[in-house]
Amino acid sequence: MRKTPDAADDRNAAAHPSGEQLFRPSTYERSKARRQATARWVFLGMTLVLVLPVFAIVGYMVIQAWPVLSFSFLWENPQNRMTAGGVWAPLVGTFCLVFFSLLFAAPIGVLAGIYLNEYARDNWLTRAVNLAVMNLAGVPSIVHGLFGFGAFVLFAGMGKSVLAAACTLAVMTLPVIITSTREALGAVPMAFRQACWNLGASRWHTVRTIVLPNSISGILTGVIFEVSRAAGETAPILFTGAVYYVKVADHGWEAFFPYGPTDRCMALSMHLFTLATQASGVPESLQYGTAVVLMALILAVNGLSIGLRSYLRSRKRW
Amino acid sequence: MDPHIRFHRVSVHYGEHAALKELSLEVPRRQILGIIGPAKSGKTTLLKCINRTIDFDVGARVTGQILVGGEDVYRMRNVYALRRRVGMVFPLPVGLPLSVYDNVAYAPRSMGIRNRAELDALVEQCLRQAMLWDEVKDRLDLLGTRLSGGQQQRLTLARALSLRPEILCLDEFSIAIDPVTTMKIEDILRELKNQMTIVLVTNLVQQARRLADRTAFMNAGHLVEVDETERLFEHPSNRMTERYVNGDFG
Amino acid sequence: MSDPASVPPASGPPRISRAADPVDTTLPNARSRGARGWVRWAERLMEGLIYLCGWSAILFVLAIFFFVFIEAAPLAVQGFDFVEFFTSVNWRPTSNVRPQFGTLALLIGSLSVTGLAMLLAVPLGLGAAVYISEFATGKTKEVLKIVVELLAAIPSVVWGFIGMMVLGPIIIRFTGTPVGVNLLNGSVILALMSVPIIVSIAEDALKAVPDSYREAALSLGASQWEVVYRVLFPAAKNGLLAAVLLGVGRAIGETMAVLMVTGHAIQIPRSLLDPIRTLTATIAAELGETVQGDTHFRALFLIGLVLFALTFVVNLAADLIVKGIRHEKNA
Repeated sequence: MRKTPDAADDRNAAAHPSGEQLFRPSTYERSKARRQATARWVFLGMTLVLVLPVFAIVGYMVIQAWPVLSFSFLWENPQNRMTAGGVWAPLVGTFCLVFFSLLFAAPIGVLAGIYLNEYARDNWLTRAVNLAVMNLAGVPSIVHGLFGFGAFVLFAGMGKSVLAAACTLAVMTLPVIITSTREALGAVPMAFRQACWNLGASRWHTVRTIVLPNSISGILTGVIFEVSRAAGETAPILFTGAVYYVKVADHGWEAFFPYGPTDRCMALSMHLFTLATQASGVPESLQYGTAVVLMALILAVNGLSIGLRSYLRSRKRW
Repeated sequence: MDPHIRFHRVSVHYGEHAALKELSLEVPRRQILGIIGPAKSGKTTLLKCINRTIDFDVGARVTGQILVGGEDVYRMRNVYALRRRVGMVFPLPVGLPLSVYDNVAYAPRSMGIRNRAELDALVEQCLRQAMLWDEVKDRLDLLGTRLSGGQQQRLTLARALSLRPEILCLDEFSIAIDPVTTMKIEDILRELKNQMTIVLVTNLVQQARRLADRTAFMNAGHLVEVDETERLFEHPSNRMTERYVNGDFG
Repeated sequence: MSDPASVPPASGPPRISRAADPVDTTLPNARSRGARGWVRWAERLMEGLIYLCGWSAILFVLAIFFFVFIEAAPLAVQGFDFVEFFTSVNWRPTSNVRPQFGTLALLIGSLSVTGLAMLLAVPLGLGAAVYISEFATGKTKEVLKIVVELLAAIPSVVWGFIGMMVLGPIIIRFTGTPVGVNLLNGSVILALMSVPIIVSIAEDALKAVPDSYREAALSLGASQWEVVYRVLFPAAKNGLLAAVLLGVGRAIGETMAVLMVTGHAIQIPRSLLDPIRTLTATIAAELGETVQGDTHFRALFLIGLVLFALTFVVNLAADLIVKGIRHEKNA
């Protein structure tokens, strides 16, 4: 790679006799170093182009939303055809949907992850399951909505309801829970399992006593991450249970649990969508406020997941 | 006396490749059987057949008959019971990510023994047998993975002993630990052979000479020769055995 | 003592190895056999449940296909014009005169916004992945990775909102068009949405290249940059390609953001500032207006089927490419 010495090198050699000249950079090496530095700045620039605008936008949104942001914004229901008030009902709706979808998706997803990592043998069936998980993850959210409509609203007779919407969200979040469970289980060294098998423990006993307890944290990280995704989705719930407006009590017990499983519900993501695209006369600060609340909720949950992951890494048991 | 373990024309194939070829071997009771041989001779595969952990190897096909205590291992109703009768120590020390106490108590607990006093006694006895008790007796809640290599290997031994196995298999137990621990474990084995049958796979020829009553020499999946240790080393009947024990190859 | 040679080998075919859960797995002979009996059943039940859940993924994918298919299927016997569906640019489902269901303009809308978004997202995403993976160190690296993750977490509807309220006016200000929701807006927003997945998978691909490659190149005198484009890119090219494909898959399937920022014109775009409509947005916008069971309704499900097939193919391709790596490695 080093080219033959040129005139510049000879000048160098004359100027710096003996050992020093060995380590003086040649012209070639200097230009290479320049290119290297340029490349580094270019890549850094690319990263910043992505990262900085988003910070700017988020900042701008918070500023625009400032007039309405307060605790009462969270506690109050939307009033006056959405032109005033807060986001309580949609917020609770989102919680309900996410909670129920997790109730369905987490057990199935975790068990499926256990199957893939601990039980599945290397045959066509396993390849099919893996392919299915991958494709499930890639299905567009609106197609999930169509599926939910056809399967839960119509076929299962749930009608447009919290239940149907939650089931649709569950199917959507399933693949990520499966994958993150499988990864968490895979991080447990094989040697542990082998040691247990040689002691006469069955596969399930080994999983239950050694593998699961040491990967539960990784599994939780994945589940929490999915919670944040489910909270932000709109397309799957558009036709399966979320509506723009449902009368919700302002005070009392019912304000906390306004939706039964067969009711339609409001949801934060849907609320933002409708405010921005269909409602008229809604002050901009209210729209920004809703967007900021949704984003804050999701970023908070994500932050929790990331924090959990860091905490776990520091507490490794092997 | 009938042999404790018997292999009758056992072959193990991984696809095209044969790890064991028509191997027939008898392991007498309450003795140490040493198994020596170069790499890839099938020694580890042989051990895996004894407690059927070969079942976990993807693509392994086993033919022939393996008898433990006269019973065909593939006809046994409860493979887990078989595995509890056979203790296994691996080349790489493995401490489970539990406390030292829980490491040793793992197997008894999985069998339903819950009585605290009973477990305490069992744990102490096994750790003493494994010559680990003095080092950990004040730190029984220490995480097993934080022990040194030599300690983890003895912990593995203690775990294996916790079920009072009839057979103890060791697969090159000394390659990853220090010489002092190796010597300790060799002493332990000399004592244990009065209580159980020991199958010792080793790549250290001299270790076999020190410990084994009988020694088998394997090469490329075949059992080349098996005999009383001294006879095998001094007057081997097979030329290849002679070359191996003299260090000409392997 | 019986002669070993006379003990017959086990009868039957050679024992094929099975995983260590033979059909009659009985739990450990424990001290109190009776009390532990139920444990055996519980364990078998548990493992049965595990197997079922494992196979459920296949069930769900098939179910998605089935339920979308079943709503669109009747079109085949109702004299629906499939040729028009795939080749005509006229999507006029609510016309009183003659409803038309041509999706070509929608398809081109989807492809153009995805294509442009990838044009932006791929270089930026790969560049950022290279920076994070090869040049950034320690704290910076951690922070950047977290930022990318948080970027990925921003939901679709918020991106759409940003596009409408922030990017739209910027576009109007700088180009003078009357309406800020168009192909350009959609491409930029979609690019920002797709970048995180490209970055994270590309980063994984780069991380998978063994350090020994890097060390070998560096010891030969290569600069870091040369290591990247001479050694890493060729070595990780399959993973990088998979990253791009998965980004494409995500972009094609994106619904809410494009619905909010690409406008409402069903046309083939002639310039960046033309509003367009994608396949996904069409379903989201119109399903609520349709009567269950009528042709418009079923046509929207048919679009859903097309989307399912599209993303299936893209994901399959990405998966095969990744498998290609594994084959090479084992060869």
